[in-house]
Amino acid sequence: MKIITKVAVPILLSIFAVSAMAETAEQKGLRIAKEADAYDRGFGDSTADMIMTLKNRAGQTSTRKIRSKILEGIGDGDKSLSLFDTPADVKGTAMLTFSHGLKPDDQWLYLPALKRVKRINSRNKSGPFMGSEFAFEDLGSQEVEKYHYKYLREEACGKGWKCYVTERTPAYKYSGYSKQIGWIDTKEYRLVKVEFYDRKGTKMKTLTSSGYQQYLGKYWRPSVMSMQNHLTGKSTVLRWSNYKFKTGLSKRDFSKNALAR
Amino acid sequence: MIEKYAKSLLQWQVQVLLLVFIGVVLAATGARNLTFNNDYKIFFNKDDERLLAFENLQNTYTKNDNVLIGLAPKDGKVFTRETLAAIEDITERAWKTPYSIRVDSLANYQHTESAGDDMSVANLYENAKNLSDKELEKIKQIAVHEPLLVHRQVSEKADMAAVNIVIEIPPESDMTAIVPEVVKHVRELKAYINKTYPELAVYLTGIVMMNNAFAEASQYDMSHLIPMTFLMILLMVFLLLRSFNGIIATMLVIIFSIITAMGLAGWTGIQLSPPVMSSPVIILTLGVADCVHLLSTWMQQMRSGIEKKAAMVESLRINFGPIFLTSLTTAIGFLSLNFSDAPPFRDLGNIAAMGVTAAFLFSITILPALATLLPSNVKQTDEESRMKNIMVSFSEWVIAKQKILLMSMATLALVLIALVPTNTLNDIYVDYFDNRIQFRTDTDFVVKNLTGVYFIDYSLDAKKPGAISEPEILAQIEKFSEWLRQQPEVIHVNTISDTFKRLNRNMHGDDQSWYRLPKNRELAAQYLLLYEMSLPYGLDLNNQIDIDKKSTRLSVTMKTISTQNILEFEKRVDAWMSANTPLIKSIGASPTVMFAHIGMKNIISMLTGTTVALILISIILIVALGSVRYGLLSLAPNLVPAGMAFGFWAIIDGEIGLALSVVTAMTLGIVVDDTIHFLSKYIRARREQNLSAEDAVRYAFSTVGVALWVTSLALVAGFMVLSTSSFELNAGMGLLTSIVIVFALMADFLLLPPLLIKLDNWLSNENK
Repeated sequence: MKIITKVAVPILLSIFAVSAMAETAEQKGLRIAKEADAYDRGFGDSTADMIMTLKNRAGQTSTRKIRSKILEGIGDGDKSLSLFDTPADVKGTAMLTFSHGLKPDDQWLYLPALKRVKRINSRNKSGPFMGSEFAFEDLGSQEVEKYHYKYLREEACGKGWKCYVTERTPAYKYSGYSKQIGWIDTKEYRLVKVEFYDRKGTKMKTLTSSGYQQYLGKYWRPSVMSMQNHLTGKSTVLRWSNYKFKTGLSKRDFSKNALAR
Repeated sequence: MIEKYAKSLLQWQVQVLLLVFIGVVLAATGARNLTFNNDYKIFFNKDDERLLAFENLQNTYTKNDNVLIGLAPKDGKVFTRETLAAIEDITERAWKTPYSIRVDSLANYQHTESAGDDMSVANLYENAKNLSDKELEKIKQIAVHEPLLVHRQVSEKADMAAVNIVIEIPPESDMTAIVPEVVKHVRELKAYINKTYPELAVYLTGIVMMNNAFAEASQYDMSHLIPMTFLMILLMVFLLLRSFNGIIATMLVIIFSIITAMGLAGWTGIQLSPPVMSSPVIILTLGVADCVHLLSTWMQQMRSGIEKKAAMVESLRINFGPIFLTSLTTAIGFLSLNFSDAPPFRDLGNIAAMGVTAAFLFSITILPALATLLPSNVKQTDEESRMKNIMVSFSEWVIAKQKILLMSMATLALVLIALVPTNTLNDIYVDYFDNRIQFRTDTDFVVKNLTGVYFIDYSLDAKKPGAISEPEILAQIEKFSEWLRQQPEVIHVNTISDTFKRLNRNMHGDDQSWYRLPKNRELAAQYLLLYEMSLPYGLDLNNQIDIDKKSTRLSVTMKTISTQNILEFEKRVDAWMSANTPLIKSIGASPTVMFAHIGMKNIISMLTGTTVALILISIILIVALGSVRYGLLSLAPNLVPAGMAFGFWAIIDGEIGLALSVVTAMTLGIVVDDTIHFLSKYIRARREQNLSAEDAVRYAFSTVGVALWVTSLALVAGFMVLSTSSFELNAGMGLLTSIVIVFALMADFLLLPPLLIKLDNWLSNENK
């Protein structure tokens, strides 16, 4: 017995240690995603204003104004509410989303002209959001379970930051992408850049987020998110402002009945 | 001077050969810059207003470049488990096509229906293998009654279906670069379908396949026409000269000319296109004439016992002037193609002009050098004198019948020229390819059984953001769509008004009586928002609605109709919109529209080109013949052939287009050669030997008659080879050019001599 404890335990321990060190790329990718998720936890709720500017290949631009509210989900995904202020024709329209992990999200749209709430078939979340270069799936809450991860490398990513470069493949059916490659900074877990690859594996879009600011001394949010479509030459820029945290929103503010207000 | 040149040339013949060879190699290295441009847009100037309109439309929405995979089940039934499952599989694989941004088929058609209080937006069907008979019938009923699908993704009789792949060229790339990749993938997909679903016949068409056909037609021509022309020229030179040397020297001159011209084209940045690919055949055909003139005189001299070098000096002395002159006028004719509105014909003109110039230079350098370097023995033939005798008796006949000939030739010319206006303009670009090119047969089948490849897009602009949801605007869009559907040439109309009507019906429990436009702007806008939010990747409305929702694209698919009908349709639409839908009035844009206008535009611009060429050539003739009056008279045999040919064309074909509009200018420089030869001999006889007009005609016939026969025959043969091209523009150009040359010979032999005799007084009184 003594021999066993003296010999076997250190051996076993060293095996565990080695296997811990030999974390696979997949495990490391997942770990980083979980760390990033944990880093952002506890914000409770937040509100922000967003101006979306679309630009087509002819150089024509068009804007939409949206107010957004988010309630942090505990045990399930976040709940979010988007209120459309412009274009005038859709003023008062509101969209409610309950994100889930692998289960398709629930989504409703309130149409003021009809005074009714309509459910949206959220299997089709690969489609463009209001004609922009952002798909629903790019804007929705990025729950950890929605992807498989693979750590690729670490590299400099501007401003003296270092980034983890991670590949993530959608775990849910009906995604418009075959994979995404994300650059996330190693210190504060800010998502700097994402490359989106379409179903045939071609690089299709690049999202760059900039103007990060810290709120409540903890939570980082970008002020500009710019999406460039490489296939069509079209682009969309989101400008965020007026971020507020812990505003006292509750579940009741994120119900179908709340949509009409 | 020429004698001096000739003597020193033959003294330094090896050095000359080496020098020329180095020059050719230097020019030839330009060939590595040659690339094939297989974008149909190459036929248009970059600033062509209709091209710009179409590009602007595509930049506002999405591109139209596509591959359409037509699928015809052998049992004639699309709505079976097997065929629907195959379409599902093919749709999935079509997404893998490089540069694809959208795939449309029955399988991924986003069918909307009312589901309780909500609206369901989903694929028309999934897992076709497990569908019940009842479900199959339901799917069929939806599909054949859906205006978006019928005549596009499925035929009216439900016996043919299609998968349409939209290709978007990335901003930093171009069509030429991506076509081969796309076509490779699509052909692999076709092979896969043939293997996996043998009960499906596959047809490939669309803009990308058409662009690819440009390259394939050119390859076909390269591998068939050029060898054929070579063979023919070889045979001709052999029959004519019966000299091994002659053949070698001639072949070398024309091969070098082609290499030089194509190499220089590379250096000057010319891109290859089907019209350009006809230039080797043209250079071959034209280059041989210089050689034949030089060699036949050389051999004549040798037969009369003169040593080969001395014979060559004599041949150069006699021929240098005429060869220089004819090469110059031919080059001017080709250079006048620079007035063309279609860049490929400008390129063709420049390459041919370079080739003709090169052929001239090589004929006076390497041809004499090489021919005299090689050992040669000349056989005595009496064929020549026999031919000459024929020409002499022919001239007797012409002189005897001069009055009748003048009358009848003039009458014939007038009648034919009167017929010229009965030609109609026609540029059906699908018909640019003949049945040897698979694109053509596939397209014909798809057009016959499923849909059209002709289309016109209208960007209906309501001018204010969001205004496409305005009931007044929507009502006009609907009215316009309905009117279009009643037009006989229209196969399909893709319009947003149908989508609004369908959504309104869905929001009212699929009640057919609600299949009408929403009456309220906000309601319409919000229906659209709900629908847009429900569409998956690649099937969005960005191809139909601009980002400001102020304009919408309406696409009209049409039967393959003539240019006349397209122009007439354009006018009808314009008038109707002014009267009925002024709020959304717009002009159609598409390749169909672009090609409909290019023929007329090119004819107008080539009229200037032809006039400039005519003036230049006439001045050259006046100087060369040393007489203004003879120069003016030469206009008759120079211009009449083209007029007669177009009249004759009205009888045998009657349709002219892009390619034929350049023929007059192009042939002017060629037909003038015969006139130069005939007139110069005539004038020499008249002035120097003081012969009477009739005797001068006899002299001209006996000296150049045979040569004119032979060179015309060679030209006709060369251009007839071109007329067998698989590319209609080249084929038509070849055939019409041959006809012009035949009429030119007729004019020189039958019209010019009687005219000379008749107008002898006026002509010979010039200097008194």
